[in-house]
Amino acid sequence: MTNTDVIVIGGGPAGLAAAIAAKKAGAEVLLIEREARLGGILKQCIHDGFGLVRFGEKLSGPEYAERFIQKFDEANIEALTLTFVTKIEKTPEGIRLTAVNRNGVVQLLSKALVLATGCRERTAKQIFIHGTRPSGIFTAGTAQHFINLLGQMPTKKCVILGSGDIGLIMARRITLEGGKVVGVYEAKSTPSGLTRNIYQCLYDYDIPLYLSKTVTRVFGDDRLAAVEVCSVDENMRPIEETFEIVECDSLILSVGLIPENELAENLGVELDPRTKGPVCDEHLMTSVDGVFSCGNALHVNDLVDYVSESGECAGKAAANFLRRERTEIELIIGKNVQYLIPQRLDLNAEDLKTVLYFRSREVLQKNSLILTVDGCDVYRKWFSVLRPPEMERVEFDFGPLGLTPQSQVYFRIEEVERT
Amino acid sequence: MKELVCIVCPNGCVMTVNSDGQSITVTGNKCPKGEQFAYAEETNPTRTICSTVKTAFPYAPVLPVRVSAEIPKNRIFDVMCEINKVVLRQPIACGDAVITNVLSLGVDIIATSNILKQSS
Ligand SMILES: Cc1cc2nc3c(=O)[nH]c(=O)nc-3n(C[C@H](O)[C@H](O)[C@H](O)COP(=O)(O)OP(=O)(O)OC[C@H]3O[C@@H](n4cnc5c(N)ncnc54)[C@H](O)[C@@H]3O)c2cc1C
Ligand code: SF4
Repeated sequence: MTNTDVIVIGGGPAGLAAAIAAKKAGAEVLLIEREARLGGILKQCIHDGFGLVRFGEKLSGPEYAERFIQKFDEANIEALTLTFVTKIEKTPEGIRLTAVNRNGVVQLLSKALVLATGCRERTAKQIFIHGTRPSGIFTAGTAQHFINLLGQMPTKKCVILGSGDIGLIMARRITLEGGKVVGVYEAKSTPSGLTRNIYQCLYDYDIPLYLSKTVTRVFGDDRLAAVEVCSVDENMRPIEETFEIVECDSLILSVGLIPENELAENLGVELDPRTKGPVCDEHLMTSVDGVFSCGNALHVNDLVDYVSESGECAGKAAANFLRRERTEIELIIGKNVQYLIPQRLDLNAEDLKTVLYFRSREVLQKNSLILTVDGCDVYRKWFSVLRPPEMERVEFDFGPLGLTPQSQVYFRIEEVERT
Repeated sequence: MKELVCIVCPNGCVMTVNSDGQSITVTGNKCPKGEQFAYAEETNPTRTICSTVKTAFPYAPVLPVRVSAEIPKNRIFDVMCEINKVVLRQPIACGDAVITNVLSLGVDIIATSNILKQSS
């Protein structure tokens, strides 16, 4: 059995960053990836816009991945590709993994584990649409895989349901390749994708965006022939008199992503219902000692730069992991905060300097993130605008606050005078 | 008066552009790049495009490419036409030009992946 310090599962930007950081911190590292090539989802994200925060350049997904793969190779880190992790168990000797590859079943043992398994897309099964079950209904990520990796156009004329970023990016991509995007339909009253993607992917190409509208029915025998769309009220209920039939050969779904945590769940890792990812402390350690989480497996990110940052944090912490007691307190969230990472703080850590990631619940102008400890305001940060699709990042040092296990640490977003 | 969203960085600043035919004033931008972007939008809007070119290699039927610098927005589909004519028969590396000086626009079409080099 292979025995190592840190095993990283997933070879996307999160896993690559975690492995590089763990190795740099002195650990023996092994990375496991189920696909043939490293790079994760970035392999098919051929559009540009990656790496602005980190490199100050607008790179395409493969170029961004390439920079990390190069560092990964230079650091001489071992990678097992075409290897799928099927089981993780906690044993007295450490964390035991079972994986399958061309050589059969392999058993691995490590002191610490980083889960960088990314996320998956919500599919037709998870949204409610009436009608037949013709072919031609697939996710935006599937369309991206077909066009950008296989060079095949899966549609001539399509409707996109949902205004997530992948859908917006694929609307532009399909248009560039000569396909027709009839429109993007979003049931909510505000788009879920980044504002800049609404402009550069839809408006630049005269693709209409319909808000508060959804798809209610699909038609077609073998292949999709048309969809029924309609407006919805505030409670997402269809408004009768607005039904309309739109002809198309494909319905592309861009209705959200969910962190991939099947392995984590089997291991008994506690998940946060808000992020659908593990509950973590400031070192991105999950509720299971020695098991860390990062990237899209932790929560769905909109910028790859922060995916890499979380990977580095988890990788370094995994390399430095020593079994010891944790004294954890909850970072409680309230008014207008959709979620906050980390969810907990380990007061026994040497350093309480923490990177906080959060999203607001709705679009808010001129609001502040406010931190109170035992009822007293101790920190405030003003934002000209907060939008749920755009994750915010704040650095904060909890050290000087002198927190105790009884402290009530509470975050909220509120409109207060700018100070 | 016109509202414009800056697409230069993820901040996506919402800017107000006032143009009286001679001068342009911009507000709402968090940094000078927003002003430059607004000015370009009013005079000669440019964009980056990313696409793929066909290859003769079964393990990678297409190779991702992009323009090496921004091109005029109204030439996007002309450039796409050129990109779609290419079939690569030799492995090339990330950063190598697939088409040089496309349509005399002064920009190249460059590969953005090493997949052909790595697998060869
Ligand atoms: C379509 C799309 C467009 C995006 N556009 C942008 C953009 O314009 N700008 C930007 O900055 N960011 C963008 N992002 C965000 C960014 O690319 C992602 O957040 C980032 O790639 C996530 O990295 P990751 O490493 O967490 O996950 P992934 O890249 O998904 O990597 C996870 C890896 O884990 C592997 N894996 C999973 N389970 C197992 C297992 N059991 N055993 C072995 N291996 C396993 C998978 O094969 C995969 O390679 C986009 C994301 C998507 C999906
Ligand atoms: S104005 Fe500056 S900060 Fe704002 S989106 Fe443009 S480049 Fe980014």
